[in-house]
Amino acid sequence: MSTPTTPAKVRMVGLDLQENDDSRAIVEAIEEDNEGVAVSRMPGLVRVQCPQRLVINQASVERHLGRPWETQEFQLSIVSYFGHINDWDDDQVVVAWDH
Amino acid sequence: MSNARKLSMKNRYSALTRDLDWTPTYVDPKAVFPFTSFEGIKIHDWSKWEDPFRLTVDSYYKYQAEKDKRLYAVLDGFAQSQGHLSLTDARYLNAMKLFIQGVTPLEYAAHRHFAFLSRYYDGPGPRFAAQCQSVDELRHTQTEVHTLSNYNKYYGGMHNWPEQFDRVWYLSVPKSYFEDAMSAGPFEFLIAISFSFEYLLTNLLFVPFMSGASFNGDLPTMTFGFSAQSDESRHMTLGLEAIKFLLEQDEANVPIVQAWIDKWFWRGYRLVALIAQMLDYMLPRKVMSWKESFELYFEEQMLGGLFPDLEFYGITKPRHVEQAIGEKDLLSHQVYWALYQFSFAAGFTTTVPEDDHLDWLSANYPDTFDKYFRPLWDKAKKVQDEGGRVFFRGLPQLCQVCQIPMLFTEPGDPMRLAQRQVVHNGERYDFCSDGCQWIFEREPEKYVQAWLPVHQIYQGNCGGPSVPEVLAWYGLQDGDAGEYAGSVDQQNWERWHDHAGKADVEAPVEAEVRA
Repeated sequence: MSTPTTPAKVRMVGLDLQENDDSRAIVEAIEEDNEGVAVSRMPGLVRVQCPQRLVINQASVERHLGRPWETQEFQLSIVSYFGHINDWDDDQVVVAWDH
Repeated sequence: MSNARKLSMKNRYSALTRDLDWTPTYVDPKAVFPFTSFEGIKIHDWSKWEDPFRLTVDSYYKYQAEKDKRLYAVLDGFAQSQGHLSLTDARYLNAMKLFIQGVTPLEYAAHRHFAFLSRYYDGPGPRFAAQCQSVDELRHTQTEVHTLSNYNKYYGGMHNWPEQFDRVWYLSVPKSYFEDAMSAGPFEFLIAISFSFEYLLTNLLFVPFMSGASFNGDLPTMTFGFSAQSDESRHMTLGLEAIKFLLEQDEANVPIVQAWIDKWFWRGYRLVALIAQMLDYMLPRKVMSWKESFELYFEEQMLGGLFPDLEFYGITKPRHVEQAIGEKDLLSHQVYWALYQFSFAAGFTTTVPEDDHLDWLSANYPDTFDKYFRPLWDKAKKVQDEGGRVFFRGLPQLCQVCQIPMLFTEPGDPMRLAQRQVVHNGERYDFCSDGCQWIFEREPEKYVQAWLPVHQIYQGNCGGPSVPEVLAWYGLQDGDAGEYAGSVDQQNWERWHDHAGKADVEAPVEAEVRA
């Protein structure tokens, strides 16, 4: 597995998603809206991580999916995560470390 | 979006979850919620509990129904297409036998206890989160049974798991772990299960099973696993919210929570020893080594990511964590070597790893495998080639706390077995490690009551004094236990596949398998 090199003290946050059609659009949206995103794969899983804070914007996911998407649908894709789910609202999901 | 009158997620959550709570007036609240004070945890404001998922009953059932629909479509297709013949090898199912025997009953136990908690927390936030989790856990129990019943029709080891969970020696490891948590208070349970089990160790526990399933042609397990994991991410959140809530409510909670983290880290870490051997030995096609998994999911994400966050509250890394790190090159090998020798009394089979498997282990454990473990397998293979089989004659001594046979070694000395002893009220108790001894010494009155399978056999409580009598009491049938080579499963598998490894046209019939 490739781990991106980041400066010391920068902690990564990330998501493990099922490798499926919806997740492909979600990953594309994450890559578009976040800095320093790294994507890696394990059997059946796609892992996306970036330093400190990761945001999923509903509008970006809808654009990549080509259909309406409620952020609660994200429950159907997520397998695991690391970080803290900081916010989960109609327009975005944010994973970040708090302190 | 289109309907401007629709409530936002925040407002829906507030109206449909939080607003359904009321303060009792004609009954003392302490009588309504009698269990949330004796542990010494101080809560000043239950409304500060956060649920980032902002779940409401309607959205909860909507998405759970969708998850089940997706899963059952896969299960039907699998059964209709003789999907079990597409596995990498019948050996792979040993991992699934361990899963249904050791993990599925934990799901059911979690269902029961979260139902209890959903009644007894003072605040509506954690009550509702516990209620959803209780229903989740029942769903997991059912979907696991439905998934694996497709294999139970054709393979051994999966037909008597609920009873075996209460009786068989290695299954007392997960059982005692969970019962330790269920017999603790409602806050300690959250740290034990929601934080330690579901957040700290979840990726070590579950993701290897699912990726292993994906890599070994086990479509239904992969699907139920991901379906369950999507709930699991909500459970992880409950664990993390729980710990932050407790730490933020009162500074006096910090040392109590720290002691629970110390205890439940080590309890959980010992439990995942069973997963470590599964990853390195039971999967015919490997996903990643235990060591790699431990470094990535635990050292990097938890010690490197989570604990710096918790430092803010004065929480330090778990006690004895250095000993866990020190074992990462040894753990899986020591555990599987013990299972290899005791599998005559197990609900699964074991075998000497094939040459390319041994090479993979050498490559992944360059500092330890060739030095300490490969010679053991060379010897076992020689014995097996000559028509014998290395089985341990006798019963192992068990650790009083984790209940794993005393197979672990001294920190820094892989050639010397670790053994710790404590005399309590004139009785001697034995432990596999400093961690388990420390846990015992905190609460000796709890652990002296442990139902240790080996002691129970010697006390005459397990069917009789001889091995066949005990195995009959376990409900083991011919083909469930022992050596994989030449086993019923292996013979059937050979018969069902031609020499090119393709499934034979002669389809297996359920009845003939169990005959």
